[in-house]
Amino acid sequence: MGRHKTLEDFRAEIDKCVKCGACQAQCAVYKSLRRESTVARGKIAIAEALLDKELPLGERFVLDMSQCLLCGSCHDKCPNLVPTEDIVLAARREIAQRQGLSSFGKVLTGVLKRPKLMDVLAKAGGRLEKLAFRKIPDHSGLRLRFPVPFIARERSLPEFTTHPLRERVPEYLAGRADASLTAFFSGCMIQYSYPQVGEALARIFRFLDLPLWLPPQQGCCGLPAQAAGDAATVDALADANVAAFAGREIGQVVTACASCNAGIGKHYREMGGSCAVLGNKVEDVHRFLVRQGLVEKLQQLPRQQERVRVTYHDPCHLRTQGITAEPRALLKALPQVEFVEMEGADRCCGLGGTFSVYHYDTSRQIGSRKADGIAASGAALVATACPGCMLQLQDSINHAGLATRVCHVLELVAQALPAEGFESDPIPTKEDCP
Amino acid sequence: MLAPRIIRQLEEIVGKEQVTCDPTDMLCYSYDATQQSFLPDAVVFPADTAQISAIVRLANREQVPLFPRGAGSGFSGGALPTRGGIVLVTTRLDRIVEIDQDNLVARVQPGVVTEQFQQAVEKVGLFYPPDPASLKFSTLGGNAAECAGGPRCVKYGVTKDYILGLEVVTPQGDIIRTGGATMKGVVGYDLTKLMVGSEGTLGIITELIIKLLPLPEAKKTLLILFDSIDGAAQAVSAIIRGKIIPTTLEFMDAATIACVRQATQLDLPEEAQAVLIVEVDGDAALLERQAQRVLDIVAPLGVVGTRVANTPAESEELWKVRRSVSASLRNVNPDKFNEDICVPRSRVPEMIRKVDVIARKYGIPIVNFGHAGDGNIHVNIMVDGRQEGQLDLAKQAIEEVFAGALELGGTMSGEHGVGNTKAPYIPMELDPAAVAYMQTIKRALDPNNILNPGKIFLEAPVQVS
Repeated sequence: MGRHKTLEDFRAEIDKCVKCGACQAQCAVYKSLRRESTVARGKIAIAEALLDKELPLGERFVLDMSQCLLCGSCHDKCPNLVPTEDIVLAARREIAQRQGLSSFGKVLTGVLKRPKLMDVLAKAGGRLEKLAFRKIPDHSGLRLRFPVPFIARERSLPEFTTHPLRERVPEYLAGRADASLTAFFSGCMIQYSYPQVGEALARIFRFLDLPLWLPPQQGCCGLPAQAAGDAATVDALADANVAAFAGREIGQVVTACASCNAGIGKHYREMGGSCAVLGNKVEDVHRFLVRQGLVEKLQQLPRQQERVRVTYHDPCHLRTQGITAEPRALLKALPQVEFVEMEGADRCCGLGGTFSVYHYDTSRQIGSRKADGIAASGAALVATACPGCMLQLQDSINHAGLATRVCHVLELVAQALPAEGFESDPIPTKEDCP
Repeated sequence: MLAPRIIRQLEEIVGKEQVTCDPTDMLCYSYDATQQSFLPDAVVFPADTAQISAIVRLANREQVPLFPRGAGSGFSGGALPTRGGIVLVTTRLDRIVEIDQDNLVARVQPGVVTEQFQQAVEKVGLFYPPDPASLKFSTLGGNAAECAGGPRCVKYGVTKDYILGLEVVTPQGDIIRTGGATMKGVVGYDLTKLMVGSEGTLGIITELIIKLLPLPEAKKTLLILFDSIDGAAQAVSAIIRGKIIPTTLEFMDAATIACVRQATQLDLPEEAQAVLIVEVDGDAALLERQAQRVLDIVAPLGVVGTRVANTPAESEELWKVRRSVSASLRNVNPDKFNEDICVPRSRVPEMIRKVDVIARKYGIPIVNFGHAGDGNIHVNIMVDGRQEGQLDLAKQAIEEVFAGALELGGTMSGEHGVGNTKAPYIPMELDPAAVAYMQTIKRALDPNNILNPGKIFLEAPVQVS
């Protein structure tokens, strides 16, 4: 546990909560369930009571700590900036550790396990296992994110591709000699579910003549294990990624998945050591592309007469870092896009990683509010910057019976660029790298 | 501990899922924004007026105290279950029943969040002005029970000025209607005004009829820096004398400016000893002139800088200065006693000087900011509760602040209410006959002392002199 803070380590932050109630205005889970125990100040009171031994670490505590999207909205608007999502993560690690299980997810599974329910789910899960997860490695974040027995039948999932990203994009694409090398951390969902997003990213780099490296040994960022309070798995995955990205002089590591950005960015930085060295290089690809002058280049493309109406959803893991303008700037610069804002663009989609698995009903309620905003915007496409949000938004849209489709900002950007295939460039040796 | 039969009856009224006695929930409904904690015995979440009426009757039959609660964001302890018993949460009654654009009135349930209501009426070009700082999460029922205020009240008045009528469950469980949807109405006592600000001691509000205004076309925000608090205070009087009533007239003293200096990009030079944030609203064509008039009026009063916001984004930047105060205060000391005295607006400078003397006498920092336009000053007494004796010092300082406000013809509380936090000080402001008059009303309507006991008055029995 050495690299991760304990709940006790958060004592000072817990003390900063003045119970003002401002978090009630932010919390999507609270808006659905309307119970104090679901909102940040309630969770903080509960965590404090556990530390003070006024409440036991029982089933109720496990449930309360599971009722969090980890979206960080409460933290953003808290007058005293209490980091509730970090406190909840520490509480989940505490649960796993005290219960002697590897993860909070396992404890929660035990709490939620009801024979009848499991029976039904297991049957559905069995089919999913065969269809969906066959190609997915055991250590993939997708397995942690969607524990098979709990996937609700009504949930629409993307197809897991039989042709993952690394079979579509070469490991290395050469670029301008004066540009520093960018490493691309794809993450599990772009690798297996949305490889077209990774392809789009590669095409954009090619367009800008920037060198790009897709380290073949990279794995899951560890965020699902973080959310599951599974510190040991986080450590193992982080060490593997540090090794996967070693060996080349890289200027920056870009992500096209907001969740992975937090997974290998924020969380690795907090872990210190060689993880922090890697974490410090992580940058969201939209921000990176805006810095490279892509907006200006897109604006020079000839405008199209018939443009498609597109709105944007803010992924929590970008919004909480203040990355809201960059994806919008790219969309607004596109020749084929008419950009519109939607109401509640900054509200969490309701996925919350494992949250939606264990609390699918609440997740769907939160998603349906999102769908209302999408419908009112009249957009034909909802663009976002996180495959997790893409999955949840499409599920919400399907349930609302809307014709809107979900895509990644990068897909729209790549669509506007001249079509071009990838000739595989020879992979330079370490000595060749700038 | 409540007898199992009481829990059973509560479950029969609202359904099993809507009653809890779980220790975790008791903890979560034990507190409010005052950070005090009193554990209830049960929490109940009724869905409608009939259920609330049945719960009140049950509480009377069983002699169990009942504590109505909205968002639990009050600053005086109004929602705290100070004597155990049952917390009754109104957040499930959250429907905007009607927005009547012909008559400019709305009918709402008490659990509607204030900002959501404001957004709903603004969509159709109407306006509900009261704007307590908690408006993003506090409920209209709670706002009415405490008679909440806010920055805009200098021009538009407080919550009670917008409540035309109510549906109320009385302390014995009857359902009554007060007032109505008409602008005029003089039949019988004005029970609406009696209920608003009665802090849940005389009934539980289950529906509100609210007066609306046309939405002002535009607004303009000015931030003015003064070299002295006197200059700023004179500016307030001068603006009002100049026949301009701004929408808001917020001030911050030197201690507050020092707190927020790190939190803002705006240049707040050392010579700025006071800040006024002035906002005017109305017809877009007239705003420019009005703003200029304000600047002309205050110019001779030691102005050391002005910022005029011309866009909503610029206005937001100016308001950020005011909004960053609350968080910045923690840098002074961890614990805050947030009082909200109100004095006649011309006496604000005297009040600030009194507070300054008190702060120096007790050696504890006191930070003042608030609604200068209506004399409502937020006096924040900052202490470190972990240090021995600091809490006692704070209490003595609070008492002197209250005494100071009363000497100047003011009141202990402009908008937070009495709750349990100010109950001990009530005799300082109200004479014994007035307290007895109020308690006679309470005793007559709530003979079992069921509804929110221990609030406003320390003891239920009337002391007849």
